[in-house]
Amino acid sequence: MNIKVYVPRDATALSLGAERVATAIDREARRRGLRVQLVRNGSRGLFWLEPLIEVATAEGRHAYGPVTVQDIPSLFDAGFLDGKPHPLHLGLTEEIKELKSQQRLTFARVGIIDPVSVDDYVAHGGYAGLKRALAMSPAEIVDAVTQSGLRGRGGAAFPTGIKWKTVLDQPPQQKYVTCNADEGDSGTFADRMLMEGDPLMLIEGMTIAGIAVGAMQGYIYLRAEYPHAHRALNEAIASARAAGYLGSNILGSGKQFELEVRLGAGAYICGEETSMLESLEGKRGEVRVRPPLPAIKGLFGRPTIVNNVISLASVPVILAKGADFYKDFGTGKSRGTIPLQLAGNIKHGGLFERAFGLTLRELIYDYGVGAASGREIRAVQVGGPLGAYIPASQFDTAIDYEALSAIGALLGHGGVVVFDDTVDMAGMARYAMEFCAKESCGKCTPCRIGSTRGVELMDRVLANVDRERNLQLVEELCDTLLHGSLCGLGGMTPFPVQSALKYFPEDFRKTVQ
Amino acid sequence: MSADRALRDPLDDLSREQVEAALAACQGRPGPLLQVLHEVQNRLGYVPPAAIPLIAEVLNLSRADVHGVVTFYHHFRQAPIGRHVIQLCQAEACRSMHCEKLTEHAQRKLGVELHGTTPDGRYTLEPVYCLGNCACSPAVMIDGELHGRVTPDSFDALIAPLS
Repeated sequence: MNIKVYVPRDATALSLGAERVATAIDREARRRGLRVQLVRNGSRGLFWLEPLIEVATAEGRHAYGPVTVQDIPSLFDAGFLDGKPHPLHLGLTEEIKELKSQQRLTFARVGIIDPVSVDDYVAHGGYAGLKRALAMSPAEIVDAVTQSGLRGRGGAAFPTGIKWKTVLDQPPQQKYVTCNADEGDSGTFADRMLMEGDPLMLIEGMTIAGIAVGAMQGYIYLRAEYPHAHRALNEAIASARAAGYLGSNILGSGKQFELEVRLGAGAYICGEETSMLESLEGKRGEVRVRPPLPAIKGLFGRPTIVNNVISLASVPVILAKGADFYKDFGTGKSRGTIPLQLAGNIKHGGLFERAFGLTLRELIYDYGVGAASGREIRAVQVGGPLGAYIPASQFDTAIDYEALSAIGALLGHGGVVVFDDTVDMAGMARYAMEFCAKESCGKCTPCRIGSTRGVELMDRVLANVDRERNLQLVEELCDTLLHGSLCGLGGMTPFPVQSALKYFPEDFRKTVQ
Repeated sequence: MSADRALRDPLDDLSREQVEAALAACQGRPGPLLQVLHEVQNRLGYVPPAAIPLIAEVLNLSRADVHGVVTFYHHFRQAPIGRHVIQLCQAEACRSMHCEKLTEHAQRKLGVELHGTTPDGRYTLEPVYCLGNCACSPAVMIDGELHGRVTPDSFDALIAPLS
C-alpha cells in the first residue's frame, strides 16, 4: 500500500520551499523503490514550521518541520515514513501545542484534506450543511444564520443573517451571491489560506446562501495577487460541478447555483463592497453612494449578498451543527470563532483560530513567542492599514469587537501586525496617508485630496518645519477625513495616524539629523 | 517606449490577433471588461494603448470608459515589461521587517527604480501592497512565484538564475 505523505500547496509553504521538498521526496522515494503517495494539502498555519510535512501512520499523522531539500535523505534514513524520530520530528500533528489549543471551526479541515477532492471533503464532514439546508425553507436557513450571531468577518462586523434576510425579502428576480475575496489588508491571509486549503467550504457556504435567498449565480471576487488561491478555487469549482454539488440540479434537488471566479486588478479600494460590485461589473472601482444598499440594488442593479470569505465559510458548520453550537463559542456580542492572523515582526507567525476573547498578549506571546528580531515589541496594528496602532500598555485587551472598539481600535479582518522597538511611528503615520493617497478611488474630496495633503503635512512634521502647527493641521485633517469621507478608506485612515500620535508622540518630535 | 509613442503605434497583426482572442474568450459574459484586460495582459504582458479602440468597439463601450478602467487599476500596464517581473511588498507587515532596505538593495542591484524596467529588458521592478505572506516578511513575488523571509543575500540568489 502507498504511504501518504502530505506536503502543503499553500502559498506561504511554497514561498519557503514546499514545492522543492515535494519534488525531492518523490525522487528519493523512487530511488529507494518505496511507494509514496504525495497529497498536496493546505497549511496548518504554523508558519515557523513550514514547510511542514506529514506522514499518515496507524496512530495518526506525524509531523516534521521545517523541512528543507537537504533533510530529505536523512528523513528517509530515520524512517519518517513510519513516524520514527528525527531532529525535525514534531510528534503527532494533532498534539502540537499551538494547534491543539485552537478551536478550529472554519479551519477544521484546512491542512488536513486534499483541498480539491470532493470525496476527501465529504469524508471529513463536508456538505453536511448543504444537505441540511436543502431540507429547510429559505426563511429557516436565514434564521439559522441570524441565530448563530455570525457577523461579517471582512471587517465591518455587520450581522450576516440580516443582510441575507434583506435579499430574501426582495421580490423574486435575478439575485446574486458575491464573495469578497479581495483580502488587501496587510497582515491578513485567512481568506487566502482557506481558499487554498479548503475552497469547497467556501463553495458550500455560497451555495447555501444562494439557496437561502433565491440566487442562482455567485461570483468570487478574488484579488490578482493570489494566483495560488485562483488555481485552487477553479479546481475545486470544477470538482464540485462534476460531483453534482454545483450546476442546474444540485444533488437532484432541482435547485440551481453556478459560480465564477473573477479577478481584481490590484486596487485596495475594491475590498469596499460597493467598489467591489463596480469592479465585478467591469468598471472602475469607484465607491457607490449608499443607499440603496447592495442587498436591494447590488450587482448589475439586482439584490446581492456581499460577504467575506470567512463569513461564507462559517455557514456550512452553522447549518451542519446548528446555530447554538456556533453561538456557544465567543463572548458578549462577538459570537463564534475568529481566525487570528499573527504577522510582521514575530517569531511564531501564523493563523490561530480561537473563540473571541483571547487577549492580545496571549496571542503575541503565548502563540507568537515575541518579536522575530528578539527585541521588545513596541506596538501592534490590528485590522489592517486602516486599523489603530496599539501600544504595549494595552496588550491585555481582549480580542473581540466591543473590547477593541472600547480602546478606539478595531478588529477588522483579524490581522495583527507586530512591530519591535526599531519602528518609527511617525514614518508609519506618514505611510498610512501615502497608502490612502495611492489607493483612493477619487470619488470623494476628503479622501482624494486630504490624503495627499496628509503626506505633505507629515513630511513637514518629519523635517521639523513649523512642527507643532503642522501637527495641529494633521489632527484637523484627520477630523475632516473621519467625518467627510464616503467610505472606510478615507474614513478610517485617521485611525492609524491618530493612534500613532496619541501613543507615540515622541516619535513625531525627534530632532532632525 | 514612451506612452505617447505607444499611443501612436498601431497594433501589429500579432497583437491584434491576441486581443481578438482575448475578446473571444470572454464573449457572452456580463460586465467582461476587467476579464478581457486580464486576458490581453496575460497574452501580451501589457495592455497596448492601441488596443483600446478595438476593445471599446467590441464591448460597445467608449474609448474613455476602457482607458478609465485600464488606468484605474495598478495591475494593468500600458507599456511592455521586462522578461521577469519582480514585485516587492511594501505593506505594513513587510515594513515591520524593514522591506525598505530590501527595496533599496534590489533597486541598487538591478540598477532600476520601482515601476521601471532595466535597459536590457530583463527585469521589471514593481511595488505591491500585500502578497498575503505576512507571517514570513519581507515577501517578494518573481514571475508569479512567491518567496518569504527574503534578505538581500537570498534576493541575489533568487535573481541569479534568471536570464
